[in-house]
Formats: sequence, structure tokens, C-alpha cells
Amino acid sequence: MSRLEEAVRAGRLVLTAELLTVDSGGLDAVHERFAPYEEWVDAVNATDNTAAHAHASPLAVAIALKQLGMEPVMQLVCRDRNRLALEAEIAGAALHGIENICCLTGDDVTAGDEPETRRVFDLDAIQLLVTASALAGGRYLSGRAIDPAPHLFLGAVENPAAPPVDHRVARALKKVRAGARFLQLQVGFEREPLERFMAQAVATGLAEQAAILPSICLVRSPKALRFVDERVPGISVPAELIARCESAADPEAECFEVACELADHALSLPGVRGLHLISFRREAGIARLCLRLGIATREEREMSGDRPRVVV
Amino acid sequence: MKPLALIEAAVKKPVFGCQMCGQCVLHSTGMTCPMNCPKTLRNGPCGGVRPDGHCEVKPEMRCVWVKAVERAPRTPWAHELDDIRAPVDNRLWDTSSWANYVTKRDRVVPEGWRVET
Repeated sequence: MSRLEEAVRAGRLVLTAELLTVDSGGLDAVHERFAPYEEWVDAVNATDNTAAHAHASPLAVAIALKQLGMEPVMQLVCRDRNRLALEAEIAGAALHGIENICCLTGDDVTAGDEPETRRVFDLDAIQLLVTASALAGGRYLSGRAIDPAPHLFLGAVENPAAPPVDHRVARALKKVRAGARFLQLQVGFEREPLERFMAQAVATGLAEQAAILPSICLVRSPKALRFVDERVPGISVPAELIARCESAADPEAECFEVACELADHALSLPGVRGLHLISFRREAGIARLCLRLGIATREEREMSGDRPRVVV
Repeated sequence: MKPLALIEAAVKKPVFGCQMCGQCVLHSTGMTCPMNCPKTLRNGPCGGVRPDGHCEVKPEMRCVWVKAVERAPRTPWAHELDDIRAPVDNRLWDTSSWANYVTKRDRVVPEGWRVET
């Protein structure tokens, strides 16, 4: 059983982080990306061509993480591979003992720097989850056996702020039916969509069936907030928030304050099981945020069985 | 295309923007064809839908799933909206979904496809 699965099953507070994309530089380059927050997180996401930009493959990075003693979550998106390639990637990951797989639809190719690419989307995120569940049950989609069956711990993503907002929990429940056991929510800079999503997640039982981890995005400057607002599909940043950071005496410190406030707010909501942390530049920010919020290190959490702040 | 497929295309293309996938699920998605989604998503909207309900890829187009969720409750098949739909069988493109419905060919799923109900 993976460390992440164990934390989820034990009901401990769960922290994951998104590894900055890797292009080159060997294992050292991978290590320096997570070293500053290594002590806090249960697992780190090896991303799959984020925002439709090519990088080192998630399988390769997940193997590197494992070699470096960090538990990986391998992301897989449906944009770049057909079902055969996706199945091969999951079987290949399992071969290396990578169990945590996060299944996403993926940003469209038009969000990237090679918009002329052919988009694939042979499967969607839910079909990918069903496929991964089939593999964990000892069968490829064709029905051909995999013996022994790989053990997998599957996750997915949902965006509480994207229309149709009142349908997002229903869609997340579909993902749970398809096999997802953890949900890393899309980054949000507004409180209301997350509050609404979590209230519905608790009411429908979603929060019990999957570990919900709202994402917190740490940026260094108001300019980065503007970039996220304008360029990242599915995320908008309120103008007041950008203005607040811009007019602050120390804009960088103010951006950090905003992240701390959003993290604190997320952890105060019933049903929230932990956080997924994303830092675009400064990985030290993740450690600072954990210290500020009084979050114990992973080892301390494992020893004490530290619980989420609000237990449903 | 065979004659029946040609007739189906002539009827459904102008009305629903039918793409002739040969495995029609239109009735279960609020009479909104999910194959018009640039990502051809048959199981719900992606996370990139814009705040105004328009498509991440084609900003001028309303998200087909925003429309589906809006319209489905007014159809007799509202309970089917959240069904988990199997991947498209790519051998069925340009064949008649009417014929495939009658022969049940459109409901054949891969042997390894299992969904908890």
C-alpha cells in the first residue's frame, strides 16, 4: 500500500505537492525541486505536460521521485495518448511500484506552446479511471489478464469554480464510481465556490468516499496572479485580490499572506482532508506555509495520527 | 456512408450538429451532442469551462455540457445524465446509430469495461 493510501485510510491530514516541471538536469534537478518541502508532504505529483507544454514524461519523473525516496503521484492526461498508450503507462508505472495515479482530462492543446498538435482524447478522465480500475482488477480494457494484478490507488481532479458549478459534485461522484479515492481540486482564489462544493460533498457522501484536497497556489508576485488569471484554463483570480497584492508595501509578502489565508480557510471546511500545494517558483514557500499554519511534518503526523481540523 | 447513414446525417447534422459517431447518446445528455465538445467528452464537462459558461477551446461556443446539464431535467431521460458512458468505439464512425441501436451494436463495451453501479 502506498504511503498516500495509508494516510488516507488512516484518516490523517494529507498533504501533496505539485513538482515543478522537469526538462533536464538528471536526478539532481528532480531532487532540488522537492527538497525544500520534503519533510511535510505525503506524496508529490509528477505532472503530465502541464498546460499542454512538453516536459519530461510523468512516468520518468515518477520513477526518479521513487529513486530519490519520495512517493510519487503519477498524473495522466487524456490529451496526448490513446487508450493503448494510457494502459501501457499505468502498467509500466505499476511495474516500478508506482501506485498513485491521478487521472485527468487535460488542458486542450490550444493552451500550450504547440497548438498545432493533434489532440487525442480517445478516453476522458472518467473512462481513464474505469480503465485503471480494470487494470487494478487484473484486466486490460480488452479483458486480457494481467497476472499478478497491480495494486493502484487512483485519484482525480475536479474544479469547483467552473460552470456548471452545481454539477461538479455529481461529476466528482462519477469519478468515485469509476475508482477515484482522492480528489485534488483545481486551484481556486475565491472562497465561495469551494464552500459550496464542500457543503455538497459532505451532504452527498462524496467527502467520505474520497479524500478531498483543495489546491493552494503560491505565487511570488501580483504579475504571476495576473498570468494565472489570464492564461491558465479554468482558474480566475478576483481583481480585488490582484489589486490588494499590487498596492501592498511588500507585494511578495502579500501574495504569501493570500495563500496562507486561502489554505487556512480550506482547512476549516468540513470534509476537507488535506491540501495539494502548488508553488510556481519558490518551493521554500510550501515549507513556510506549513510552518505558519502549524502543520506538523509528515513524520510527526504519522506518529501522532494527526487528524484534519474538522472531522465530518 | 450507406443510405441509412446518409439519411441519419441529413436529419441530425442540421439539428444537433451530429458528427456521425454511430453510437448516439443524445437523449441522455439533454439532446446536446457531446461529440461537439472539442475534447469529445461523453462524461461531463472538463475543468476548463470559462466563467461565462463558454468553451475553453472555442470561446465563442457555449460549453456543450453546460447546455446538457441545463436541458437534461426537461427531458424524460434526466436520470441518465450521470451514467458512466464507455469510450467511443472508433469502428462505428459514419455508420447509422439507428441501425446500431436496433442491433444493440452501440451498447457493446470492451470485455474489461466494468462500472460500479
